[in-house]
Amino acid sequence: MTLSREQMAMRVARELKDGYYVNLGIGIPTLVANYIPEGIEVMFQSENGLLGMGPFPTEEQLDADLINAGKETVTTINGASIFSSADSFAMIRGGHVDFTVLGAFEVDVKGNIASWMIPGKLVKGMGGAMDLVAAAPNIIVMMTHADKYGNSKLLEQCSLPLTGAGCIKRVMTDLAFVEIDHEQGAFILKERAPGISVDEIVGKTGGKLIVPDNVPEMEF
Amino acid sequence: MSGFDKVVHSYEEAMQGLEDGMTVIAGGFGLCGIPENLINQIKKLGVKDLTIVSNNCGVDGFGLGVLLEDKQIKTMIASYVGENKLFEQQMLSGELEVILTPQGTLAEKMRAAGAGIPAFYTATGYGTPIGEGKEVREFNGRKYILEESIKGDFAIVKAWKADRYGNAIYRHTAQNFNPMAATAGKITVMEVEEIVEPGELDPTQVQTPGIYVDRLIQGTFEKRIEKRTVRSA
Repeated sequence: MTLSREQMAMRVARELKDGYYVNLGIGIPTLVANYIPEGIEVMFQSENGLLGMGPFPTEEQLDADLINAGKETVTTINGASIFSSADSFAMIRGGHVDFTVLGAFEVDVKGNIASWMIPGKLVKGMGGAMDLVAAAPNIIVMMTHADKYGNSKLLEQCSLPLTGAGCIKRVMTDLAFVEIDHEQGAFILKERAPGISVDEIVGKTGGKLIVPDNVPEMEF
Repeated sequence: MSGFDKVVHSYEEAMQGLEDGMTVIAGGFGLCGIPENLINQIKKLGVKDLTIVSNNCGVDGFGLGVLLEDKQIKTMIASYVGENKLFEQQMLSGELEVILTPQGTLAEKMRAAGAGIPAFYTATGYGTPIGEGKEVREFNGRKYILEESIKGDFAIVKAWKADRYGNAIYRHTAQNFNPMAATAGKITVMEVEEIVEPGELDPTQVQTPGIYVDRLIQGTFEKRIEKRTVRSA
């Protein structure tokens, strides 16, 4: 079975470590916040200027002056801090954020990522995505392995305009957990979704894929 | 009163001198912390061919979105333009030029301008369409592009409280781009929810020192929420 979005988030959340400052991109990546492993503490950064983002507010807590990068109303946790956009991106661009999860349209064997623009369609902007991919030492891309027409999103070379060059090392899809070896120019299959065969993953991976002798199934 | 007193008493006075073709830097993220009354005053003035520099362009009928109604914006420099229909129309018809700029680069362009730095190198955008045509330089084995800072003829910002001298503090994430915008205007106009007397704000807590502020006005704010997300208590 292909993984649900929740299962993808669960698997990504296992990469979290105690004391991590984490930035989750808008969309599916935000689900990771629901699966923080027990016994560890992480703090969520929102690039509009908040470190220590809490859950959505109750009606009583609702405050127009407190939002996240998705423009949703949020709260702060104890120990949170609030700062300007320049400080926020200093944290990001200076490599201080420990872990970043982002969505994408395409990723390739050189670690290039395309996530912000489809030529011919209306472009709404990159927001903070180019800053995040250029700087974060530890990024996981979360996306489906293929698009709805069955075309692979893990390619030899991205076909869409890039968000960042040579910056992605790990990809979590609905079929597999994959690493990227930039020097070899290849994806490396690390784990597969329960019940998904290596052949299916090979068939749905556009770029060069190295398959180790043993590819364990993820457990949920 | 004192030569440091920045208070003006009308929005006409606050935006006096704004002319066709000028560049206006605006604070705010989405609809959070936007100088909504100053924007409305720009609409009222009817000035045209503006270059607006702001992370977003408001929504239809609110925030910077109102400046699209009479086609007052010629060029928009932003990181994300969102779901604004009028914006989409004018962009597709070619009436509105849009220069998409990564959010961190945008913040740094304002910060740098305010600090007298004409340009800076950043890894953000290298190898992407944003980097095309820009100078590339390698430092410690990594490639960076040269980005120029942006100075505004006007900067319009929203803070929570300020004293008469323009020393200001922001509330929660309504801070966002406002402190950098405040530094980057040849004329910086700040609107606040409350003006207090000098000495009432703790100097340690001041986030924008009054030196950056030229005109200060107290207003009332709608503070519209773009995405109201709540949980049950």
